[in-house]
Amino acid sequence: MLYIACVLMGWLNVYAAVYSPESQTNLFDMSTNAGKQLMWIGTTVLLIIAILVINYRFWDTFAFVIYGATILALLLVLVAGSNINGSRSWFKIGAFSIQPAEFAKLATALALARYIDYPNVNLTKLKDQLWCAGIIALPAVLIIASNETGSMLVFASFIIMLYREGLPGVYPLIAIVIVTLFILTLIVPKLFLFAGIVALGLLVFFLTPRYQRSFQNVMVIGITAVSMIAIVAGVDFFVNSVLQKHQQNRIKVLINPAADPLGAGWNVTQAKIAIGSGRLQGKGFLEGTQTKLDFVPEQSTDFIFCTIGEEHGFIGSLIVVSLFVVLLCRIVLLAEKQRTRFARVYGYSVAGIIFFHLMINVGMTIGLMPVIGIPLPFFSYGGSSLWSFSILLFIFLKLDSRRVGMFTR
Amino acid sequence: MIENRKYIVIGVFCLVGLVYLARLFYLQILDDSYSLESSSNSIKRVIEIPYRGQIYDRNGKFIVYNTPVYDLYVTPKKVQIPDTAAFCRLMELERSEFDSIMNNAKSYSYVKPSLFLRQLSKEDFARIQDALVDYRGFEHVTSSMRTYPAHTLANALGYVSEISKKQLDEQETPYYRQGDYIGRSGLEQQYEAVLRGQRGVKFVMQNVHQVVKGSWKNGAFDSLAVAGKNLYTGIDVEIQQYADTLMQNKVGSVVAIEPSTGQILAMVSAPTYDPNALSSRFFSKSYSKLAKNPYKPLINRPVMASYRPGSTFKLIQAMVALQDGAVAPSSIFSHAGSPMKCHCNRSGRLNLAGAVQYSCNPYFYHVFRRLLYNNNERNTFKASAMGLHHWHDMVSKFGIGQKLGVDLPGELKGSLPDADYYNRMYGENHWKFSTVYSLSIGEGELLINPLKMANVAAIVANRGWFYTPHLVSGIGKPGEGIDPKYLEKHDVGIDPHHFEVLAEGMQGAVEHGTTTMAANIPGITICGKTGTSQNKKGKDHSIFVAFAPRENPKIAIAVFVENAGWGGIAAASVASLVIEKYIKRRVDNHALDKKVKESNYLPAVTLPKKPAPKKYEMPKDSAAKPLIVKTIPQLPTPVPVETKSLASRPATTNGN
Repeated sequence: MLYIACVLMGWLNVYAAVYSPESQTNLFDMSTNAGKQLMWIGTTVLLIIAILVINYRFWDTFAFVIYGATILALLLVLVAGSNINGSRSWFKIGAFSIQPAEFAKLATALALARYIDYPNVNLTKLKDQLWCAGIIALPAVLIIASNETGSMLVFASFIIMLYREGLPGVYPLIAIVIVTLFILTLIVPKLFLFAGIVALGLLVFFLTPRYQRSFQNVMVIGITAVSMIAIVAGVDFFVNSVLQKHQQNRIKVLINPAADPLGAGWNVTQAKIAIGSGRLQGKGFLEGTQTKLDFVPEQSTDFIFCTIGEEHGFIGSLIVVSLFVVLLCRIVLLAEKQRTRFARVYGYSVAGIIFFHLMINVGMTIGLMPVIGIPLPFFSYGGSSLWSFSILLFIFLKLDSRRVGMFTR
Repeated sequence: MIENRKYIVIGVFCLVGLVYLARLFYLQILDDSYSLESSSNSIKRVIEIPYRGQIYDRNGKFIVYNTPVYDLYVTPKKVQIPDTAAFCRLMELERSEFDSIMNNAKSYSYVKPSLFLRQLSKEDFARIQDALVDYRGFEHVTSSMRTYPAHTLANALGYVSEISKKQLDEQETPYYRQGDYIGRSGLEQQYEAVLRGQRGVKFVMQNVHQVVKGSWKNGAFDSLAVAGKNLYTGIDVEIQQYADTLMQNKVGSVVAIEPSTGQILAMVSAPTYDPNALSSRFFSKSYSKLAKNPYKPLINRPVMASYRPGSTFKLIQAMVALQDGAVAPSSIFSHAGSPMKCHCNRSGRLNLAGAVQYSCNPYFYHVFRRLLYNNNERNTFKASAMGLHHWHDMVSKFGIGQKLGVDLPGELKGSLPDADYYNRMYGENHWKFSTVYSLSIGEGELLINPLKMANVAAIVANRGWFYTPHLVSGIGKPGEGIDPKYLEKHDVGIDPHHFEVLAEGMQGAVEHGTTTMAANIPGITICGKTGTSQNKKGKDHSIFVAFAPRENPKIAIAVFVENAGWGGIAAASVASLVIEKYIKRRVDNHALDKKVKESNYLPAVTLPKKPAPKKYEMPKDSAAKPLIVKTIPQLPTPVPVETKSLASRPATTNGN
């Protein structure tokens, strides 16, 4: 228990210490953003204390209630929310804004954990798979409706948890194949892809031992190849018709950042310049020229990693990335130790969500991911995100502390 | 089995972490292009141009100073103009002009200042400044403009203009940038390094809109601009201006030197122009106008024009011959034996002083003959070569045939032939005195510029020494910081007592001899010598060198008036008036003053192709005079031509 607390305090200190100076580097809104952030941190501490005080059974028992409330909030925000940057996803309370979408992740994680915790749930069964998909899809659709595509994508992270809980490996595989094909389509001419898919299909067919060439297997190969071709053919339609203009641009920029350095590529180019100019040791605390002078847009929220990269250099980036990886591994290992399935599922969900945020957020600043406006956990400015990540993490720790408590008792 | 999936999950986490770190390593450590881009992105060097040094005359009067001018900038985003019509009236702009300026500014940038009006004078700006309080979005930047209050000395001063592409490419250390101003001729070029001062550099941070957000690292790397040093010249602006007026409607030069210091008192290149014309925004228009002018006002004739010295060279011949012992002051030579004719009508009666006074050509024929053969060599060819070699050495000491080293660019060496020169021309031992005798009276292969002749006058005035003529007598402070070569006394190797004979003859020339009417100023003993520089293309050039007073000379002067015809009268008139003005600070000889100012010796200008309307405006009152000599006497070549051409003229009382 003490050990855990120490680790917790360590995490807390790290993120608090690294965090507050980062927001101060925003020279011109220091009084507002950094000050607000300090207030958010204060309230977060209160929340943490509250979470640690609340009985662990609360989360278990009220998982579906919380989920339901969140869905209601998401519906409400569509009607009554205030419009910020074209997304109707914020509740404005005085000077502060709260984004229900941030809390939807938490609620969904709890609801999924609660559902999977039912003794007879088996994720290899289609019925349970559909139930889980439904639990995830409901808030996701509502979030899309409020024009926050980035936050919606985070729900894909639950696949990690589901995979651990017995979802057949073919699902993540399909997801990976689709994403791969999608990217390939944008880079490689389509004709090559078609030829490649057909060749691959034939290769698989001929490599299959003759006795296994049942009608069913051949059909599987054929259907896979055809659907792959369909995906490739559909990419253009998807990019050009389904995605909005700025989303199209972000994907194009990812493929070729130099294409439009002053327009759509601006964010990524400037982010890379800022990070790249940090070199090994960085320019020193508060010495960043790129981030300080507004070259990098949104540098206190989505592009916060640029500040780290510029001011603390590779060493700083290394520490932050390693910190996250260690944290993630630690959560996974802790989750494995849980006695209840509920706690384990929830732990994996937390790890998945944090991982997804980390991957997208850092990835977009270094030009490996398309620009998707989601925050870096614990670092980015913003009360909703700080609250939701803290609650997310500390509920898990509360659940974990019960395990340790029982063990020591 | 399913528990093992945790390793896969952890593996994915670690893999992504490693990929990202590898990417970061590449961006931050391996690829340095980003770090370079960042500094050009956000940190900007701002150059501060210092004030250029100013130029004073010997009495502390300004020749060049910087006028503050005001450039008005507009930042479209901040603009608030309550009443546009009133604003246009204030700025003296048409509404359409205002609109086009504003549109240009807006298309450049809304947030960055653009030039609105440039080079507003102090008066204009003072008028506008108070009213500007009512209008937002305008700010002014002070800059400066070269101003020439005396409107004179244009050729010696040179001008300042934007650096050329060629200069930009050829500079050894990259100091200048595109658009920088640089001294382009005259003193502005010669003293560019001193005048320009030291540029300051400021590093400022600018944000994404290129709006300056303060200094970088609190100015740790900034350097302050250091103003250029002032130049103190020996020029006497009053004399310079007066000489300018005398040289109007003439082509030529006036160079006056203070013999005791070598400082140049006046340096007129005629025709000249108002240096203000090449200052500021009118530059390109004025420059092309000047460049097209057939009289080439951009040439600084005192150092860049070449003439034959004519009879003024007899001064040097006399000095060299006396020193060499070839002749004595009492030597008398008749006209007999000389192929040159003379106007002195005093054959066989003139001693050296007299020969100088009456400029007797045959006399100096004999002097030069004696000079060349003044050795033990029997062979006349070899003796001539030896003699000429010796003569060359002695004459060189006067600065003839080499650059004097005046502090101006473009000085010509001129020409002083030596034995090798004639060996190349005729072959060794194929020439002798009779081949080169025209040198004796300053013709032939001799070429000098007006500055050199003024220096010769200074040498005679000083009785045998000179300081290298120079314009600038002090850098930064009066009398300080000039090149030590200008403080070094040059001895020409002639004993001082030989000069009295010369001075006697020169005084005689002014008072009773060749230029009595023109140059004699009551109360001042002027010693002078006329000359005619032969000109194959047109009328001969009139030359006069002089110094005054005879004892304790204050001024040595050389005047060249092109195409003023035979004899030194035109030049002598100018010289004597300048001397009078300098020594008395006033001119009493109003008749001469008027006559000189009215005389017009501008040559006819034949434009090679279509006769465009004349660029050069002639004064109306000169129209009555026959300005242009239509028939130019055909001057046979080679030398001596002087006598031949003179034969067709009515004899005058004044010899040359």
